[in-house]
Amino acid sequence: MKKFISMLVTAALAVSSVFALAGCNGTQGSGDQGTTPAVTGGDETDETAAPAADFKVGAIYINSQNDTSGYTFAHHKGITAAMEQVGLDPAKDLYIVDNVPEDDEKVKQAIDQLAGNGCNIIFGISFGYINAMDEKAKEYPDIIFSHATGYLSNDTNFNNYFGRIYQARYLAGIAAGYKSLATGNNNIGFVSAWGTEYAETCSGINGFTLGALSVNPNAKVYVYEISTWGDQELERQAAETLIDTYGCGVIGQHCDSAQPQIVANEKGVFGCGYNSDMTTEAPDAHLTAPIWNWDAYYATAMKAAMTNPATFMTEVGIYYEGLNAGLVDIAPLSKNCEPQTAEAIALAKDLMTKGEWDVFSGVKLSFSGDAGSVTVAKTDAALKTNEGAEIVAAGGPSVEDSVITGSMNYYVEGVTQVN
Amino acid sequence: MNNVVEVFELFLFNIIVYNIPLLYGTTGEIMIEKSGSLNLGVEGTMAIGAVAGFLFGARFDSLLVACIVSFIAAGIVGLVFSFLTVTLQANQNVTGLTITTFGVAFYYFIGNAVSNGEKGWPKFSGTQLDAQSQALNIPGLSSIPFVGKALFSHGILVYVGVLIAILMWLYFNKTVPGLKMRSIGENPAAADSLGINVTAYKYIHIIVGSGIMGLGGLYMALNMGGTFEGSNCWINGYGWIAIALVIFANWSPAKALLGTLLFGFFNTLRVQNAALAYAFPNVLGWLTKIPSHFFSALPFIITLIVLILSSMTSKGRSGEPQAIGRSYYREDR
Repeated sequence: MKKFISMLVTAALAVSSVFALAGCNGTQGSGDQGTTPAVTGGDETDETAAPAADFKVGAIYINSQNDTSGYTFAHHKGITAAMEQVGLDPAKDLYIVDNVPEDDEKVKQAIDQLAGNGCNIIFGISFGYINAMDEKAKEYPDIIFSHATGYLSNDTNFNNYFGRIYQARYLAGIAAGYKSLATGNNNIGFVSAWGTEYAETCSGINGFTLGALSVNPNAKVYVYEISTWGDQELERQAAETLIDTYGCGVIGQHCDSAQPQIVANEKGVFGCGYNSDMTTEAPDAHLTAPIWNWDAYYATAMKAAMTNPATFMTEVGIYYEGLNAGLVDIAPLSKNCEPQTAEAIALAKDLMTKGEWDVFSGVKLSFSGDAGSVTVAKTDAALKTNEGAEIVAAGGPSVEDSVITGSMNYYVEGVTQVN
Repeated sequence: MNNVVEVFELFLFNIIVYNIPLLYGTTGEIMIEKSGSLNLGVEGTMAIGAVAGFLFGARFDSLLVACIVSFIAAGIVGLVFSFLTVTLQANQNVTGLTITTFGVAFYYFIGNAVSNGEKGWPKFSGTQLDAQSQALNIPGLSSIPFVGKALFSHGILVYVGVLIAILMWLYFNKTVPGLKMRSIGENPAAADSLGINVTAYKYIHIIVGSGIMGLGGLYMALNMGGTFEGSNCWINGYGWIAIALVIFANWSPAKALLGTLLFGFFNTLRVQNAALAYAFPNVLGWLTKIPSHFFSALPFIITLIVLILSSMTSKGRSGEPQAIGRSYYREDR
């Protein structure tokens, strides 16, 4: 009897913990309901409503759809917002498999599940889903596969998408540069998940540094690499080291949590977050943060797939946009920013939006003047690595996109990696 | 660049401030294991203690409330563990693992619910709770060069943790109930025959041990600025390290103190190696050449060596309770 009760209680505990997990797990959506909601009456004029009735979106997330901040949160927000823009109902037409690790078998299972749900387009948000998506795109030619941050694609139903986040980082760098000028402390810290190993982190650090240098030519950026995408304790300690040992007065970051900003707040210095406006976490420290507006892409992709899946690859194709498409941006400037910041950022943003200038080119911007009369000057200057090698000659064109997304593995002048 | 003394002081300071949770987890687990139960649920117990203690502490804006609730919440987890393993004699390993899964999931479940709720996640910065958990400034002691910052300028919970370890050592070795508890861990049947209430002793020590772990979880929450992030758990694997540390400490609360410092030393070296190399380029410049993952693996490598060494030396010197992990069933004799 005792044995039986003990098994019962253990089982109950196990089941309840599964349910607790299920709060953030499993498939969302109404499942296999036979009754697809009828298209509303004849007075319907919205063009998107007709296909909307049977268009289903699938999504594979690396973390939980219930996250309240971070990478998955940003994508989930983007997908649901885009669905509303194109006339789909996220509660009904969105199927999610979340907490999917970067394991080919698990990703394939998730894709099979979403295909079984009848999804017309499947978004995979994590880099490591790349091989599984490539393979499954051949198996399901009628479904469109769309992969964030990757580099594989095909001609019919598999693309990848990413954004010029380095442009937003350049703008954040401007805010950091002004702060360093005002405080008289040229040392700027940067807590980074990785260093030169990933072009994504490397180009981000470079963009941020060039932004800071455009305002404060004496600025020095100290990079602390934590060698993992997310570890709150390490992020906190890295920020502490940068402030206490290297005397940094502004802390930028490319890592998951808000810990670097919280530390900056505690220690009375300043900082630029990432992914979301971290002013709530660090009210007296946070300046601004590079952010993603993923809905810009998701809406484009969904519209194209709903209109005609056959032309998806010609209409959307490999998607790599920046400030111009609103895919990347910065969070609203906080009260902690210097008065000139807003004007300088507006000038730089304008140049990049119009496509007149880009970050990794042989032309550098320099901002001068007081609030109300900030001006920007363009000067030809070679883009050099911190070891002195020339990347782009003075006046030369921007580094190629494929380098920025795939093979940038050098720091620009002004960057020092401390570890 | 700040001066080298500050770098050194910060290094010593960080060894304590980031690794005291290990001491809580380890001493709590030692108490449970010494009474004859193996609880692998440290991570989950700490997570529940952390989230419950923090939320109530923030609600009532008091560190005392936070500590009490955290102790009670983790104690309830201990009660569940005792009921399952002592009364119902369920397998201790499985139950412990279940508690870890449950506890961490509970952390996310409650955390997400509160974050998405009407009021959102409670503010920590600037509250009384924040002020009460801040570092103490002990006149005279805190300003001693080199060691003053590292030893005498921490929050109150650091000293509570050390006090618990010392008291536990005294309890184990200098008191009669401590002796009785240890006898249960070694041979519950013999203890039973001497009239010791095995069940009651096990229940009490599992609950108190779990409560101590909960305090460690609360410490981590407060040390991380009390922010909840959807994809990171405050405890972050420290519960598992604590279990390894129990073996390293040879089931002695006093050695747990030393073990925490040693594990903490390597944990901190992992983060601070660059700073040390920067401050002392001639002596420690080589530190940056070692991959950081080696430093994170080092405590476990050392534990492995300790395990090998302790299994080679005579059984009598090992502090491992003989009856650990086995359920005691009175009619089994």
